[in-house]
Amino acid sequence: MVQSAATVRPSRNSVLDLAEISLREVNQLLHDTRDGDFLIRNPRGAHALACGLDGDLNVTIEGHVGYYCAGMNKQAHVKVIGNAGTGLAENMMSGIVHVTGDASQSAGATGCGGLLVIDGNASARCGIALRGLDIVVKGSVGHMSAFMAQAGRLVVLGDAGDGLGDSLYEAQLFVRGKVKSLGADCVEKELREEHRAALRTLLEAAGVRGVDVAEFKRYGSARQLYHFHVDNAGQY
Amino acid sequence: MCGIVGLFLKNDRLQGDLGRLTSLMLRELCDRGPDSAGFAVYGGGTPGVTKICAVRRDGAVAWAEVARELAQAIDAAVEVEEIEDHAIFRTRGAGDVARKWLIDNVPAAYILSQGQSIEIFKGVGDPAAIVDRLALEKRTGTHAIGHTRMATESAVTIAGSHPFSTGDDTCLVHNGSLSNHNRLREQLVRHGERFQTENDTEVAAAYLASRVRAGDSLQASLQHGLKDLDGFYTFVVGTRDGFAVIRDPIACKPAVIAETDDWAAMASEYRAIAPLPGAEHAKLWEPAPATVYAWSRAA
Repeated sequence: MVQSAATVRPSRNSVLDLAEISLREVNQLLHDTRDGDFLIRNPRGAHALACGLDGDLNVTIEGHVGYYCAGMNKQAHVKVIGNAGTGLAENMMSGIVHVTGDASQSAGATGCGGLLVIDGNASARCGIALRGLDIVVKGSVGHMSAFMAQAGRLVVLGDAGDGLGDSLYEAQLFVRGKVKSLGADCVEKELREEHRAALRTLLEAAGVRGVDVAEFKRYGSARQLYHFHVDNAGQY
Repeated sequence: MCGIVGLFLKNDRLQGDLGRLTSLMLRELCDRGPDSAGFAVYGGGTPGVTKICAVRRDGAVAWAEVARELAQAIDAAVEVEEIEDHAIFRTRGAGDVARKWLIDNVPAAYILSQGQSIEIFKGVGDPAAIVDRLALEKRTGTHAIGHTRMATESAVTIAGSHPFSTGDDTCLVHNGSLSNHNRLREQLVRHGERFQTENDTEVAAAYLASRVRAGDSLQASLQHGLKDLDGFYTFVVGTRDGFAVIRDPIACKPAVIAETDDWAAMASEYRAIAPLPGAEHAKLWEPAPATVYAWSRAA
């Protein structure tokens, strides 16, 4: 069925084809509804797709998306079958965002809540300034991931690049593979039973099976840079 | 911001479509660089014949007259082809000498490139209009590099448009900005490099060309660049045989690479790759920081 803005009304099980209707119309339709299932076709790297959703929506996007996909997401479940560009799920508040491929830099930046799952790799600055969102990356993350992360959890099944957790506040970082280097004030911490239990819950939510949580290392803040201290001036 | 694209054809049957595919890519990135645009097309060329591309700055240039004077100056036959405000000189004479003569004696023109294979075209204004006016669609060849510019380091002029070429069959497009280009320009001038603009990217192009002239491979020149070029960049460097992509160690400036059996492509964003045939099934990845990715027909 050929879709156009005139014929598509927010309803369950709508197919929204970006080859037929504009990006702005697609986003407006998603904003105008409180619930329902949507399938978006032909994203072709479009920016800001499925941004600002607020409702019990299930949105599946078939193909690669551009910058800022699913930003500010509330409640909705957004699944991208493909890769995502810069700023995936930026400042998300709740709900689930799931990308089956890779994500570019700053995935989950400043996220406040919900769950972000990346089946592939995330590049630089994943979870930068995290504020409560949980991120599970099944591949590896690039340099400066979790920079200044305040709250929330970043779980990486692969490796982490340079400067992991630089200037970290209270976010918790779990990495199963190698960490190329830790950032300023980020240190390895003991993986206690409460952390293993949290990891099990997160991995299950992300659909990860057959991974022993004991294989992870936990990293957190050494809490030496929270408050200005003249002896630390060189670290800033 | 700025938009950059590169397309390297692995399947020779696509050579007739090089211009058309490159224009599809560039059109997607108009809003990353609405000030000006340019492209370098590599193809054809006759061994022993140097092509020199030029564009008039403003006002008319009597290209046929310039060709006659150039022929006398270098003591070799020179043909000239006019395309809109551009001209392509062809000669079997000394290309380096011809380029220097044109820079010194034709101040109304800006000299864009020199080489057996490369042709560079540039303009100021809407990239899509530039692509249309200069008929990029109709051009054929083996690989191409394009740029849409949002100026930061120097004025919006045709001379400040990318790609920049200071060496034989090489060119450079750049998304980012360099912070040590003034000092580096002074050093390069002392070593005999000729500059036509105040632009930072021209300095990077001259730096890489000077390293290659000194005996570096393209790969080695880019590795040296990581040490000597201070700033933010995603570069695409074109040579007669192919092109290379490199990002600075911080990697703020975007880049995505895609490859199929028929082509390899890079762009600032995936949407510029999406129009290519088979893009949806291409191997797709983000180039790692401080890492050279290169494709060559010479191998």
